[in-house]
Amino acid sequence: MISNDMTWYMIIISAVLINNIILIRFLALCSFFGVSNKLETSIGMGMAVIFVIVIAGAASWLLWHYLLLPLKLEYLRTAAFILVIAGLVQFLEMYMRKAMPALYHAMGIYLPLITTNCAVLAVALLVVDYNLGFINTLIYSVSVPVGYTLSIILFAGIRERIDIAPIPKFLKGYPIIFITASMMSMAFLGFSHLFGL
Amino acid sequence: MNRRQVFVNGIIKENPVLILLIGLCPTLAVSGSANDGFGMGIAATFVLIASNILISAVRKWTPDQIRIPVFIIIISTFVTIVDYTMHAADPVLYANLGVFVPLIVVNCIILGRAEAYAYKNDVISSTLDGIGMGLGFTLTITVLGAIREIIGNGTITLLNYELLNLGEGFKPALMFIMPPGAFLVMGLLIALNRLLIRKRG
Repeated sequence: MISNDMTWYMIIISAVLINNIILIRFLALCSFFGVSNKLETSIGMGMAVIFVIVIAGAASWLLWHYLLLPLKLEYLRTAAFILVIAGLVQFLEMYMRKAMPALYHAMGIYLPLITTNCAVLAVALLVVDYNLGFINTLIYSVSVPVGYTLSIILFAGIRERIDIAPIPKFLKGYPIIFITASMMSMAFLGFSHLFGL
Repeated sequence: MNRRQVFVNGIIKENPVLILLIGLCPTLAVSGSANDGFGMGIAATFVLIASNILISAVRKWTPDQIRIPVFIIIISTFVTIVDYTMHAADPVLYANLGVFVPLIVVNCIILGRAEAYAYKNDVISSTLDGIGMGLGFTLTITVLGAIREIIGNGTITLLNYELLNLGEGFKPALMFIMPPGAFLVMGLLIALNRLLIRKRG
């Protein structure tokens, strides 16, 4: 749980390590298993996710506090957030292709994938659920994808080794990958209760 | 494919979770007990059937270019209905599932079936496809939940009713109801499913 009376570094530690978005909270698993087969693509995906979540988190916070709450449209939350995120990603992609071609080539191909990445919508919903202020929302929406990038890069490193390891036939491919993720999750579980969080 | 095949397809041969590996997030996250898993399965199945019906009903008037936004609006409407209904009907389950109830809207199974099936087929076939896929998902997540719960807690609960209790003498392995257990049991289930398919040819 994140709350407003936590200091900024508590929020960062909690979001990156203790409640790691992938290994502890089980969000964004599709992209985690999908693109983690190479170190390079993992880094690209991680950067793109950081970029989108920060913008989506801030946009949803503004939408909730300045539009949905004053107009008493709380029940439109899910629909409004997903539409804003999808539209935003599309717009970003078009803008980047025109204005920043180099950056677009580095992470542009991952952008459409991210619309359906549940971590983006989850962060938007959680900052509203936790009732965070705007600055804390920004800190939280940077830390969550940093946790994502950390675990996907670590995992990609392990997967490159798995590819050349001798593995029982029926565990080859996804089963062994899930079991590896289980071990990593166990390691991250060791962070719980760090600093009394 | 006749209608019976459409129905069975989602449960075994194209099981969304075990074969296609989609809808993983809710499957792993809320399968800490059979009860939570079953609740999530039913909620997602309702959204899947309802959105399949509505999408296949309006498919002839939906322009190709804006079909994805239309799908998302339809799906998020049903997700909001489920969200508010579950909040009123079973507050404990609602609290356990947490953010994963509104997140049904980005469940790849639902958008995937809308795009791959409901948009191209008639209402009755789409309904059957929704029921089959929904059952496949519900079955997998409930079984996963039951395995994790029996090892990690010594009980199996379904619909808030305790079906099985191993009693005081059983020392549960807590790890199984915590996050690592979800990945581990899921990996083993995929391996088991593969062995079964290979054995049956």
